[in-house]
Amino acid sequence: MFAASGLNSRNNRRQALIRILFMLMTGLLILPVLIILTTLLYKGGPAISFEFLFGNPTNGMTEGGIFPALVGTIWLVAVALLFSVPLGVAAAIYLSEFAAENWFTRAINLAIINLAGVPSIVHALFGVGAFVLFMDFGTSILAASLTLAIMTLPVVIVATRESLQAVPYAFREACWNMGATRWQTIRRVVLPNAVSGILTGVILEVSRTAGETAPIMFTGAAFFLPFLPESVFDQTMAMSLHLFVISTQVPGVPDELPFGVALVLIAMVLIMNSFSIALRIYLRVNKKW
Amino acid sequence: MDRQAVIRDAKHSAEAQQSSATSQYAIVTQDLNVWYGDFQALYDVTLNIKKDIITSLIGPSGCGKSTFLRSINRINERLSYVRIDGSITVYDHNIYGDHVELAQVRKQIGMVFQRPNPLPISIRDNVLFGLSIHSESRKKLPRNEVDDIVEQALQQVLLWHTVKDRLGRKATELSLEEQQKLCIARLLPIKPTILLMDEPCSALDAKGTEAVEELLWGLRGRYTIVIVTHNMAQARRASDECIFMLMGKVIEHTPTAEMFVTPAHKETADYIEGRYG
Ligand SMILES: Nc1ncnc2c1ncn2[C@@H]1O[C@H](COP(=O)(O)OP(=O)(O)OP(=O)(O)O)[C@@H](O)[C@H]1O
Ligand SMILES: [Mg+2]
Repeated sequence: MFAASGLNSRNNRRQALIRILFMLMTGLLILPVLIILTTLLYKGGPAISFEFLFGNPTNGMTEGGIFPALVGTIWLVAVALLFSVPLGVAAAIYLSEFAAENWFTRAINLAIINLAGVPSIVHALFGVGAFVLFMDFGTSILAASLTLAIMTLPVVIVATRESLQAVPYAFREACWNMGATRWQTIRRVVLPNAVSGILTGVILEVSRTAGETAPIMFTGAAFFLPFLPESVFDQTMAMSLHLFVISTQVPGVPDELPFGVALVLIAMVLIMNSFSIALRIYLRVNKKW
Repeated sequence: MDRQAVIRDAKHSAEAQQSSATSQYAIVTQDLNVWYGDFQALYDVTLNIKKDIITSLIGPSGCGKSTFLRSINRINERLSYVRIDGSITVYDHNIYGDHVELAQVRKQIGMVFQRPNPLPISIRDNVLFGLSIHSESRKKLPRNEVDDIVEQALQQVLLWHTVKDRLGRKATELSLEEQQKLCIARLLPIKPTILLMDEPCSALDAKGTEAVEELLWGLRGRYTIVIVTHNMAQARRASDECIFMLMGKVIEHTPTAEMFVTPAHKETADYIEGRYG
């Protein structure tokens, strides 16, 4: 009575086949990541040392460390966040919680989506025009970070808006119906429940920003500058540009050096991402609905 | 004047009410029409709902019961395409008047929904939420006073004994019945005068329904309660007066006992006997 019919077994075989096929495709997806990581570890690992992390590049960047670039990247990312996070979160809150659904809001949303699609080299040129020249910041951390901030803004906005919208509408209604203003509702109920999502989005964005090269190349990052920046008006070295420079522009760099730089860059990103995942887990623990 | 006649004939009662100024009514609507876009959901609803009793609102699905409730505490206007005309007077104040502050309307008129919607914070904070938004945050009440407020509110909804040892727990962990009771309790600290309940028991089982009805009787006399229900037995058990609506119009408004024994309209009789479904 319950035995498989011909159709059943055909369907089952088909499903088994599809399952294996998709599994293989997923495997293919992980393969490049594994290869990159093992190559980096294998080739760049020997380069890592205390002097490498905390020393200056020497001898025409063919020897020595990467400390100025490491610090420079941290500066660039931190200053960029200083601009993009408050601005992006405020814009997302406005769009998700206050804005009426009309042509103006739709236009803004469209603009954000388009901004996210602008290639980074175009952002770089915009940064040169707007920040370096027009606002006269010169090539500086400030100009480079502002360029990065503009570039990351759409992602911060979208991530924030998504986490805000993941908070059930019923909670907002419950507050409004008790006479809470929109802002009271946002501050007391919506934000506390959205914060884990916002933070995760921001941190993932940070790790992406850290690796960007084009937007900082013309706006604030220097080829070789073995000093630590003292203010946002200084130029600085940066990991991503340093990697580009020693891999393509400088002759006679030993093989393990670029791999070492890449390894440190990836490690920064991975550490940041794991931190974001840990944070999300931590904030999720006491959240239930 | 004859009170029954006032209730029975809604149209005339509105005029009568205007002459007998200090009213026995909590909610008075006059020719209330509500549209969702082009669709008219309420037609000339003129009702006088008495103070401090429980009035139930019955009628087939889609007849406009929720629309009526949502007009009374002005949550309908959140939808941009809703249009309202006619007047709604609550305790002799026009709630659509020029100088009306929405926050005050919502404070006076609490609302409970079909699906319990406690906030994802502790039980205690749920009860205190209304207070915290309606009082200046700098004026901190002493701890023992706050504890009293929480206890009183939870006592009134018969929830105190089940939750008193876990006030710090998330409200969303409670059972549906407890959640719904909490949703009623959290309205009380801001001292509303009217409680509107839109099918408050429809997500609950028989035991939960009974418990909520019991607490409603406990609140009776202190608050004016309007309860929408699809449950005839509940309307009959748990209300003093009953309003029957059909297709956006009020058909009948009489004391509950009367409506269920001698309904004045054929439609009412049909509905009560289950011929509308
Ligand atoms: N937001 C809305 N937009 C458009 N039409 C609506 C909206 N809300 C309700 N309506 C319509 O208005 C009419 C009355 O709806 P309402 O929710 O008031 O009915 P109800 O009596 O509460 O029904 P139920 O018993 O199913 O809850 C229905 O025909 C419904 O389709
Ligand atoms: Mg309804």
